[in-house]
Amino acid sequence: MHNGSVELAVKGLNAWYGESHILHGMDFEVHKGEVVTLLGRNGAGKTTTMKAVMGMIPSRKGSVQFEGEELIQLPSNRIAKKGIAFCPEERGIFSSLNVYENLTLPPPVKPGGMSLDEIYEIFPNLKERLKSQGTKLSGGEQQMLAIGRILRTGATMLLLDEPTEGLAPVIVQQIGAMIRLLKEKGYTILLVEQNFRFASTVADRHYVVEHGKVIDMIPNDQIGANIQKLEIYLGV
Amino acid sequence: MFELLGIPPQALFGQLLLGLINGAFYAMLSLGLAVIFGLLNVINFTHGAQYMMGAFAAWMLLEWAGVPYWGALVIAPIVVGAIGIAMERLFLRHLYHLDHLYGLLLTFGLALIIEGVFRKQFGSTGLPYANPLPGGTRLDFMFLPWYRAWIVAASLAICLGTWFMIERTKLGSYLRAATERPDLVQAFGINVPRMITLTYGFGVGLAALAGVLAAPAYNVNPLMGSNLIIIVFAVVVIGGMGSIMGAIVTGFALGIIEGLTKVFYPEASNTVIFIIMAIVLMLKPAGLFGTPK
Repeated sequence: MHNGSVELAVKGLNAWYGESHILHGMDFEVHKGEVVTLLGRNGAGKTTTMKAVMGMIPSRKGSVQFEGEELIQLPSNRIAKKGIAFCPEERGIFSSLNVYENLTLPPPVKPGGMSLDEIYEIFPNLKERLKSQGTKLSGGEQQMLAIGRILRTGATMLLLDEPTEGLAPVIVQQIGAMIRLLKEKGYTILLVEQNFRFASTVADRHYVVEHGKVIDMIPNDQIGANIQKLEIYLGV
Repeated sequence: MFELLGIPPQALFGQLLLGLINGAFYAMLSLGLAVIFGLLNVINFTHGAQYMMGAFAAWMLLEWAGVPYWGALVIAPIVVGAIGIAMERLFLRHLYHLDHLYGLLLTFGLALIIEGVFRKQFGSTGLPYANPLPGGTRLDFMFLPWYRAWIVAASLAICLGTWFMIERTKLGSYLRAATERPDLVQAFGINVPRMITLTYGFGVGLAALAGVLAAPAYNVNPLMGSNLIIIVFAVVVIGGMGSIMGAIVTGFALGIIEGLTKVFYPEASNTVIFIIMAIVLMLKPAGLFGTPK
């Protein structure tokens, strides 16, 4: 499943939006080459966890270690340079940039990123729409653009926040195939999902998040035995 | 000699040229305001004072250090831009998370302080600055002074160069993206706070460059900025806040309209821009080139 070395270790992570205390001591680990999901209901703190890992929330405490290095004091631009890339839930496509500009916006942070041709091979739609305004693409294409642009950077750890949200089933299948392909290529992926049926087709392990804390961890090969428990956790 | 609508061509083209020159300053100043507002979300009321500082920097360089106009054209924007960077670091960066109004009030206060200091030091009668390009050429329909032609050519080059940098280069795509989602751009590995500081310095440098261009054309005067800035804000409102091309096109167009009004209906020449502003605000509140939010 994975070679054992811990890529991302989050310990006792707390985060605040102004006065609101959102994360109450998140603890989890992601191993090199693993796909791990954070499952949970709306408002459980999954997106906040990703943003706190990425340094996008100024008010945070605890420990976030990437390849053994502590990130909690670093601003997000320096965290990105360590090799972590974030794809936000709302995709974050820039309306004042065309598709090509969106795709090439994030600067390379490490050698070994995918070339544009490799990205076009995975997402052929993008190549045909390079001159279009980024936000004129369909939802699925925007998601492909949002993921494609972080593959160029050489980041080895990808934080994907609900990549399937609001997409048609056939596009969700494509995203699933793409995540499996990225895993084969050696990327480490932390995925936020509400749809555990989708998550179970791509992930190695699942952390269940509730009220800003991890309350359970379920390996993917035991998901069948834990299905009732999961349904209760997620309020399905 | 032909006449147009009873107006002698010398008067018509003379006012047209003056309008074009005023328009060049409107365009350069509103461009800097648009760049600063786009990224910093600050309505930089200090812009007029920074334009005046550019003109005074040119005067000081010439009078105190013997640096000629062409040297001042390079040095003054760098010096005033650096002062702008210090102001951004010291004051403005504390206001980004607040409403526009706070930035406007702070920069308005700073503009009053800067102007006050210059008035105390240099008085308000104005200081002459020698024309570096005397003479001109006689065209069929008018006399064209070299320095006025230089102002128009230089400001066009400055405006189009800035437009090109923002709309067509990698750095420009960082700026445009950071205008929309600074947090995400920073999470891609770009040092957005530094980019904001440098952008402010660049916008201030543009104002100072306009000030150097203005020094030989008008007197160098502590109030030259505050006289101009109100019109420039009207230009920005008409063009659309934050729109780069809007600032350039509207700046030149309104200068020309103002010049033509001086020929055909002089009584309205001081108010025509504000009348247009009122009409644009009613019909297209986001400005001619702006996008509604």
